[in-house]
Amino acid sequence: MLGFIIRRLIAMLLTLVAVSIVAFAIIQLPPGDYLTSYIAQLSSTGDQVDPRVIENLRVQYGLGEPFYIQYWKWITGIVQGNFGQSFEWKRPVWELIWGRLGNSIMVEGLAVIVMWVIAVPIGIYVAVRKYSLGDYLATVAGFIGLAVPNFFFALILMYLAYIWFGTTMGGLFSPQFETARWSLPRIWDFLAHAWAPVLVLATAGTAELIRILRANLLDELQKPYVTTARAKGLPEWKVILKYPVRLALNPLISTIGWLLPALVSGSVIVSVVMNLPTAGPMLLRSLTTQDMYLAGAIILLLSVLTVIGTVISDILLALIDPRIRYGSK
Amino acid sequence: MPLIPMDAKPILTIKDMSIVFSSPDEADIEAVRQVDLTLSPGKTLALVGESGCGKSVTARSVLRLLDRNARIQRGSMLFAPGDEPPTDIAKLKADSLPLRAIRGREISMIFQEPMTSLSPVHTIGDQIDEMLILHERLKPKQARERTVALFDQVGIPGARERADSYPFQLSGGLRQRAMIAMALACAPKVLIADEPTTALDVTTQAQILDLLRQLQADFGMAMLFITHDLGVVAEIADEVAVMYLGDVVEQGSVFDVFAAPSHPYTQALMSSIPKMARKADRVRLSPIKGTVPAPRDRPEGCAFTSRCPHAFEPCATVRPERTALGNGHHARCHLLTRQPAEVVA
Repeated sequence: MLGFIIRRLIAMLLTLVAVSIVAFAIIQLPPGDYLTSYIAQLSSTGDQVDPRVIENLRVQYGLGEPFYIQYWKWITGIVQGNFGQSFEWKRPVWELIWGRLGNSIMVEGLAVIVMWVIAVPIGIYVAVRKYSLGDYLATVAGFIGLAVPNFFFALILMYLAYIWFGTTMGGLFSPQFETARWSLPRIWDFLAHAWAPVLVLATAGTAELIRILRANLLDELQKPYVTTARAKGLPEWKVILKYPVRLALNPLISTIGWLLPALVSGSVIVSVVMNLPTAGPMLLRSLTTQDMYLAGAIILLLSVLTVIGTVISDILLALIDPRIRYGSK
Repeated sequence: MPLIPMDAKPILTIKDMSIVFSSPDEADIEAVRQVDLTLSPGKTLALVGESGCGKSVTARSVLRLLDRNARIQRGSMLFAPGDEPPTDIAKLKADSLPLRAIRGREISMIFQEPMTSLSPVHTIGDQIDEMLILHERLKPKQARERTVALFDQVGIPGARERADSYPFQLSGGLRQRAMIAMALACAPKVLIADEPTTALDVTTQAQILDLLRQLQADFGMAMLFITHDLGVVAEIADEVAVMYLGDVVEQGSVFDVFAAPSHPYTQALMSSIPKMARKADRVRLSPIKGTVPAPRDRPEGCAFTSRCPHAFEPCATVRPERTALGNGHHARCHLLTRQPAEVVA
């Protein structure tokens, strides 16, 4: 088991190096750089730009240098904890993103938990009671959840909240808590704001999880070991929870890793609609203004989260499935 | 070895049972039409028949392990351990407390494929401890001690370490031994073995049969042994019941049935076994003519009519009665009760 974890961690480091190169390549992909869009912006407002100033800036930021030198400067900075300077905000990238990324992780982490808490019991129920009324209801509700775009659901929710309760939904904190330190009232305020975006973000994923779990569990319920468990005299609920459900969850656990990035990229529009201070809108903005260090840092951190998530799900899988634990000696 | 009198009263009596499978798209199928079986303590009854004749369905129905779309339409399964009044298993609900008290504790089952019949993600020890904790209310530690003792008894070497291994780490023979240990954990009164040796190679098969015979002597349980292998029947069974397309056509002691098969299907089965003989004495094997009809094409009368060389007027329409032939030997065939017209003439 220890060897397994060590091998996974080494693989993780190598993947991270590869990911950082790709991330840097992606933010370099659009033609031009921040300065060209800066110049375009300035000249559109009629300002004159001194070519010497531009040239100085280009040298200062090292924008004219070849790709590998720029990458090397960037990555050595990051290893030392320096993510560079945002062109647009004129502030260190780290200062800008850490709060936003924290919000993202909290909101989307909660969405993942809500997804599982709702989907697992329903998935088990609909598989065990296949073709029952409950199964059909869950299927219909699930497909609606899958088909309705998240941002649209968010709009409906905000509209209804305004019509019925007269409240405007949006943001994650009330103004007085915006910059306050974490405390019980702030947590309460956060939860009072966060439930709506969490619910919105969880809908599509919940529907998908229910379908996957139902299909897996229907397969597992046919297996002979389930009959063996029944023949032992175990009560039906225990038979199902201890044996087939445990095996049916395996494929779901391996999806934990890529749930997070899927949620972050999927939540951009919802975050814009609901005015959430998460990483998504900031990533979108930094990409349009070619604020490359900011965009690069967000992409890199999301990738790191994905890789870490994958490693965690690998280790979890090995913990619950001995065939993986012993098979990978 | 516990002494069992020859005329011990049966522990499980299945009477005129019929099992119907329904599906939303098709007409109901009566997979088991007419099954009468008796099991006595300390005795082994082999249930033989070709694939699809309903022998596994019959075996599973004893523990009510059939799928939701199957129902017992007619008949009774009287389980009579000791002196208490017998329980009719056919009348119990599938997940009811009285039935769960019988499953695993009074009647247990060994399955054909030990690999898929054991959970791949639980240790075999855990899967057996669970039964002892459930039925005998043992503490986990005591249960594990019993499991280890059972492993010793079924001949698993290094019992204590083996209890912590997973099914995929054991060989096929050891897995089946573990399965047997599981079935015997609570010293059941009836053991149902559904083709326990079919998935094993021949040497392992012989070892498992020896083990089962010896354990039966130790535990004194009745055994219902499902197989399609007449060689295995001769080796392990005291009694044999022959099934054809949902009907038990003949039941009797192995000696009687092998020496004097009374139903044309049994006779045909016996003559399809290859025999060792000198070259001059060799005869061609005589296969049974035709193929097994689908249950929906089964004649109202005797199911074997379409392939029976002796079929005559009442066979296709009238179901033959269960006729006693003495010494507990029964068969269902019109030949035993009336004479075909040609013979009389």
